[in-house]
Amino acid sequence: MRIVATDCGSTTTKAILIEEKDGVFRQTFRGEAPTTVEAPFADVTLGVTNSVTELQELSGYQLIADDGTIIRRTSRSDEAGCDLYISTSSAGGGLQMMVAGVIREMTAESAKRAALGAGAIVMDAIASNDRRKPHEQIQRIRELRPDMVLVSGGTDGGDTKKVTEIAELIAPARPRPRFGGEYKLPLIFAGNKDARPSIERCFGGEGFALSIVENLRPTLEQENLGPARERIHDVFLEHVMAHAPGYDKLIAWANAPIMPTPGAVGDILQTIAKGRGINVVGVDIGGATTDMFSVFGGTFNRTVSANLGMSYSISNVCAEAGMASVLRWVHLDMDERELRNRVKNKMIRPTTIPQTLDALVFEQAVSREALRLAFIQHKAFATTLKGVQQQRTVGDAFSQDEVGKSIVNPMAMDLMVASGGVLSHAPRMEQTALMMIDAFEPEGFTEIAKDSIFMMPHLGVLASVNARAAMEVFEKDCLIVLGWCAAPKGEVRQGKPALSYTLTSRAGTGAAQTGTLMGGDMKLVRLAPGIEATLEVRPEKGLDMGAGPGKPLTREVTGGTVGIILDARGRPLRLPETHAERRAAVSRWLAALEVY
Amino acid sequence: MAKAYTPGLKVTPRTTFQARRLLPLSGTVRVAKGDRVTAETVVAETFLEGDIFPIKLAAMMQANPNELPSLMLKKVGDTVEVGEPLARTKGIFGMMKTEGKSTAKGIIESISDSTGMVIVRGPKLAVQVRAFVSGTVVEVIASEGVVVETPAAFVQGIFGVGGEVCGPIAMATKAHTEAFDESHILPSMKGAVVVGGARMTAGAIHRAREVGAAALIAGGIDDADLRDVLGYDLGVAVTGSERLGITLIVTEGFGDIAMAARTFALLGANTGRMASVNGATQIRAGVMRPEIVIALDQAGTSEVFTGGATAGILEIGTRVRIIRDPHFGSLGAVGALPEKPAVLGSGSKARVLEVVLDGGERVTVPRANVELVGE
Repeated sequence: MRIVATDCGSTTTKAILIEEKDGVFRQTFRGEAPTTVEAPFADVTLGVTNSVTELQELSGYQLIADDGTIIRRTSRSDEAGCDLYISTSSAGGGLQMMVAGVIREMTAESAKRAALGAGAIVMDAIASNDRRKPHEQIQRIRELRPDMVLVSGGTDGGDTKKVTEIAELIAPARPRPRFGGEYKLPLIFAGNKDARPSIERCFGGEGFALSIVENLRPTLEQENLGPARERIHDVFLEHVMAHAPGYDKLIAWANAPIMPTPGAVGDILQTIAKGRGINVVGVDIGGATTDMFSVFGGTFNRTVSANLGMSYSISNVCAEAGMASVLRWVHLDMDERELRNRVKNKMIRPTTIPQTLDALVFEQAVSREALRLAFIQHKAFATTLKGVQQQRTVGDAFSQDEVGKSIVNPMAMDLMVASGGVLSHAPRMEQTALMMIDAFEPEGFTEIAKDSIFMMPHLGVLASVNARAAMEVFEKDCLIVLGWCAAPKGEVRQGKPALSYTLTSRAGTGAAQTGTLMGGDMKLVRLAPGIEATLEVRPEKGLDMGAGPGKPLTREVTGGTVGIILDARGRPLRLPETHAERRAAVSRWLAALEVY
Repeated sequence: MAKAYTPGLKVTPRTTFQARRLLPLSGTVRVAKGDRVTAETVVAETFLEGDIFPIKLAAMMQANPNELPSLMLKKVGDTVEVGEPLARTKGIFGMMKTEGKSTAKGIIESISDSTGMVIVRGPKLAVQVRAFVSGTVVEVIASEGVVVETPAAFVQGIFGVGGEVCGPIAMATKAHTEAFDESHILPSMKGAVVVGGARMTAGAIHRAREVGAAALIAGGIDDADLRDVLGYDLGVAVTGSERLGITLIVTEGFGDIAMAARTFALLGANTGRMASVNGATQIRAGVMRPEIVIALDQAGTSEVFTGGATAGILEIGTRVRIIRDPHFGSLGAVGALPEKPAVLGSGSKARVLEVVLDGGERVTVPRANVELVGE
């Protein structure tokens, strides 16, 4: 079997070829070409054809017909063509949505979760209690030019007045769609079913293409995001994509619906989390935005940090985090005024790359802060449902369980997946691993991997038509395992023993490596990719690897391009306060992990 | 491959410049094809629907929403003033009636019996589009706007703040390398587009605002000075809507950096001529760079330029500017375009090129770190 998959990004269209050989699916070739959504080309399929032509040249298979279309095989014995073609798209700025709900923390937040989960950028969330006056909300709605609107509000059978009020604000504000005046703005209603007649009255006329789906919050205790997400995908195809240049052809070419790129990434991470029974955090840090995905206990969440990125938004990262926070990760002498000018120069010339080591060190310091801030936003968003009424007994009175608590638990995080330029293109994998550890502060045992060539979007769509192929390629070709991080939670005493470890490899002589780490130290133990080993960590009193304070824990681990990173800096991670001590500590960590 | 596409900024003493001047939504075009216009001429206008004001009228009168239609004194389509009664309750035995008054001026658009809300739409808002450059209307796009054409000298900056302004060009420094501070700003520069050589200081900007200069143009600006002028740290390069009372454009970038000699000479040669200047910069989703358009009397060239991003081909001998440290701002010519990627000082592997700097030194830099200089 031969599968061609493309991802039409804002600037580049990436194609991969997946082939089944000896019963196993592998990704064999990749090609790329500039995306051709914008003028003068204004036809996305040209970029697709060009990127697949590169696959054709590299693989030797004829994949493109004389008319530029992708050739399909009629039988497996055909030399030319592929059996399956699939695609994702984030070209033209991706899917941009406005959402609305009655209560900001409840239905509006559920609506936001549905839209983000479907792969959208949420431009704004309007709610009755969002602290804006109605005329300010209306002004905002008028300014936005969304691709579609999702309105929720109320539980089934509950009050209809508030959700109707929201609808009555949106309807006369007449938000204008991005794609021209002829286009009816798609509006999905996923709120109280009793409010449907008044919603139909508000949006049934000119200007809106209304569709109604099941309530995404039928009761306070229940979130039902599936129908809204599916409808978003349908509307994305029927309305948004159909109006984007060349997408009518692309839709006709593909064997599965075209998915928004981040939606597809979310799908593959969910598939992996479910298949392996683990909790996963994935990140894609780009020039303008940072996308975060997590699956904890089977619950999927996605956030987009709109202005945290490494080129267009680099200045914003420095402004939000503060230059002092960025510079705490730097072990070299740097002039702050010059750095500030450098940051602005990168902002206005976003395609430049670091040439010198100090420029690289600085950019990687910025990335730690971008990732850290994006993770904070993600943790604050990925919570248990808010607004849930809890019945408490006397015994529960002292319970610390709270509603709206983050479900992203660093101790339960089994796998972190890194993608995006600064992480994927770091000259040394040790740099990628340390950026992830510093930003996400994993606790206990955590595997670290990176997406080799940003293949997750392709595999997300593939999972919907051939789950086995998607899983096999993900495990064998998509993920590059960097290694494992073992880090106890709790405050360490600097310079005093924090943990001891024993690493027993199953390869070679099987001799164990042992050692002790002092508080504030890090250590790298090399373990080659694919080598299985047993790692026992014995934390000191007060420090927890996941079995409880001071209790040893053993875990099966596998080697990677980096190896096993033992991190005795404590959690939460605190850097020394004085400049000299901090610089000495950072230099020590960089040396221990052979980062630069 | 001895060629590669690379971005560049346009600097040209003579081109045929076309300004596409469009309304944000359909309206009326006020000029005809062939008309001569000045930068200030209104070429098209339209009216935006007025703002809407929701009034929770039933709640205001403590009435049930479903009663509201029967209590209304006004109907949909009526014009109302602030304070004018919109509805009145029946009261008890005709006594103790409560009135709900309008909190906005406009026309009643809807009355809701499910929420008790009345929507009043305010007066329409006029939107006008001016020509921006003096020239001839060469195309009318029905109900949308026009294309104005003029022979012009044209300079694309790298970054700017502030919107469209016009004024005569005044040179403030003698050389392209000369620092540009408040001592260079004279009262006679009121309304002018003032050009300095190297970095513009916060002092120069404040002084220029005091004397009422229309715009300042220089090679560079310090990030700290920009923060001082804006009052905040600019996070994302989407600008043009700032209300600073002045438009600022830098041609090279942030820091102590001289304006390219050619750019400085071009602006100097047009001293006294009217320049149309726009600081609007947008680096994301459709690149927009700030621009300086100097309408000329003599004929332009056959090449038509409409603004926007430019790109060209890198070849041996092409003039380039290095846009990243350690050689940031240096000018030179492409000396070699090695085929194979090279390992940089950072440890990364990237495709590189060799630049022969104007001083004669040969340096190797990533291809991503240069931009074209020239026409």
